[in-house]
Amino acid sequence: MSTRELTFAQAIREALDEELARDERIVLFGEDIGAWGGVFRTTEGLYEKYGPDRVIDTPLSEEGYVGMAVGIAMTGMHPVPEIMFGDFITLAMDQIVNQAAKMRYMTGGQVAVPITIRATMGGGRSSGAQHSQSWHAWFAHVPGLKVVVPSTPYDAKGLLKTALRDPNPVVFFEDKVMYHKIKGPVPEEEYLIPFGVADIKREGKDVTIIALSRMVHTALAAAERLAQEGISAEVVDPRTLTPLDEETLVQSVCKTGGAVIVDEGYTRFGITAELAAVIAKGAFDYLDAPIERVGAFDVPIPFSPPLEFATIPDEERIVQAVYRILEGRRPQ
Amino acid sequence: MTERRTPPLEPSLLIEMYRRMLTIRFFEEAVFEVYRRGWMPGLAHLSDGQEATPVGVCMALRPDDTITSTHRGHGHIIAKGGQVEPMMAEVMGKVTGYCRGKGGEMHIADVSLGILGANGIVGGGLGIAAGSAFTAKREGKGRVSVAFFGDGAANQGLWYETANIAVLWKLPLIYVCENNQYTEFTHWKKLTAGEGLAVRARAMGMPGIEVDGNDVVAVYQAARELVERARRGEGPATLVCHTIRYGGHHVGDPGTAYRTKEEMEEWRKKDPIERCERLLLETGILSPQAIEATRNEIYERVQKAVEQARQDPFPPVEEVYEHVYA
Ligand SMILES: Cc1ncc(C[n+]2csc(CCOP(=O)(O)OP(=O)(O)O)c2C)c(N)n1
Ligand SMILES: [Mg+2]
Repeated sequence: MSTRELTFAQAIREALDEELARDERIVLFGEDIGAWGGVFRTTEGLYEKYGPDRVIDTPLSEEGYVGMAVGIAMTGMHPVPEIMFGDFITLAMDQIVNQAAKMRYMTGGQVAVPITIRATMGGGRSSGAQHSQSWHAWFAHVPGLKVVVPSTPYDAKGLLKTALRDPNPVVFFEDKVMYHKIKGPVPEEEYLIPFGVADIKREGKDVTIIALSRMVHTALAAAERLAQEGISAEVVDPRTLTPLDEETLVQSVCKTGGAVIVDEGYTRFGITAELAAVIAKGAFDYLDAPIERVGAFDVPIPFSPPLEFATIPDEERIVQAVYRILEGRRPQ
Repeated sequence: MTERRTPPLEPSLLIEMYRRMLTIRFFEEAVFEVYRRGWMPGLAHLSDGQEATPVGVCMALRPDDTITSTHRGHGHIIAKGGQVEPMMAEVMGKVTGYCRGKGGEMHIADVSLGILGANGIVGGGLGIAAGSAFTAKREGKGRVSVAFFGDGAANQGLWYETANIAVLWKLPLIYVCENNQYTEFTHWKKLTAGEGLAVRARAMGMPGIEVDGNDVVAVYQAARELVERARRGEGPATLVCHTIRYGGHHVGDPGTAYRTKEEMEEWRKKDPIERCERLLLETGILSPQAIEATRNEIYERVQKAVEQARQDPFPPVEEVYEHVYA
């Protein structure tokens, strides 16, 4: 299998390109995604290739075009509305939560609602409190939605292609900091990654670090530092929150006896809380120390770099959490 | 000998309109009774009094045209061809209902009839309707999409967002605003700046037409013109139909605290079904005996639907996890 290095943004773009070519029911909607190529360049060249009927510039009407996507999906197409900054998804919340997520259930299974909502997430760019948030946990709380949080170009492409073939509403979160900074190998050949399969990004035996999206890279950096101190950390990426591969997470913790859960979303009532509950139940007898959660501080994301970087989980906070676990480890 | 009125429309069409309006009236009255007797869970939002609007509009539609409905949606469903038996079963939460009891009174839909859901979020279906219009335009078969909604929903942002897009992209979308004078318990004029939605529609760059929503022929004629226009690719339009609901906002509200007796008496004089009956008699399309027989037939059918639905089973609890995902 031949591979080449792609950025995260290029991998996303390639998945869209291939699926637009494969299935003419797929139509992209968003603000400046057409002729302009998207503010993050994830749709670059697609307008030229597929035309203004497939790659559609919308007015600034998040509720309007996401709502339309629900009706477009219910009438046989597969719309892909893009939310430029994930923070703006609040404007489309009713259409996602009350319409897309429950039309199938409320009609007793009469319709499917195949929508792939692409939204960005992530801070660290001094973009201020309304352009830096990570709201994936909200959608993982809603029955009827699937939630995808890829961490690498390889995963992003394979999971996005799967989303574009899924008959359900999928909210696909892309960390905007990764778009041009994260590069990785992507096969030339076509491949898909199924939902609900976690990936062990690094094997280890002393502690498990569960992380998702960009935090996987932060966790890997922490694991590398710990390795130099003789601590072997396993890094597990769930890749999708709904469905969730509980088994792989639990098995890893049963093996290592400790769990640090890292997410860029808020800590209170967040992803780290839910995953901690999964681990506490599934690996209770194997835990040698309390589960550690590392999330964003529960504050609006600040602008000033020292404040913002303190808020978002970093390598140091992960390492400290691992130390706490190893200190607290009961004698065997 | 008195001169007979010339029928304004095909007699068969007028008869069908009459039958559907009667079906809505008897269905709504039956739901009220079902509620009163405790045979259904929850509440119900009834549309008796408003029958001419959904029927006038839907008779201008083809089977493949789609509609979106509202919390006060029984009339839309029947007008688009919905059957009273699975509707009544749905009202009672039975597995034989259109939505296997998962939708309920507020969310009855038969998607195979082009009914794309009935929304409990006021104005929430406007996006779905605009989306269906998008697909219709893409298909190029002249199909149109109709969004039913109330005077209250007309103040939701989604109307403005989708109207802008629909005009911009010339979508075959007909906004049908059923102005039944009240948004819950408040008169629409207290909640609406200016002259209402028809004027606003014109400002957005689409036709904005107002009709007597209790005159099924007037509604039909106005709707047909806008529908044909949309089929020709000339874009969206808004039709505001003025009407009244006889009952309260829902079955638990007598509807008397915020509306006067005089006001309601005036509206009763404009009853859509009586007007249609008069038309059928004066044009000689139906005899008094035929009217009587039609009324009895439809009444009986609805009563049977109630009896059947009462005996139908509830969904088995195992179904609770079904239909979350496709
Ligand atoms: C978004 C939203 N806000 C409020 C409500 C509560 N509510 C239900 S029906 C209704 C009034 C709707 O008025 P209108 O659109 O005129 O429809 P009508 O009830 O008169 O048919 C309200 C406020 C709701 N269901 N959804
Ligand atoms: Mg009203």
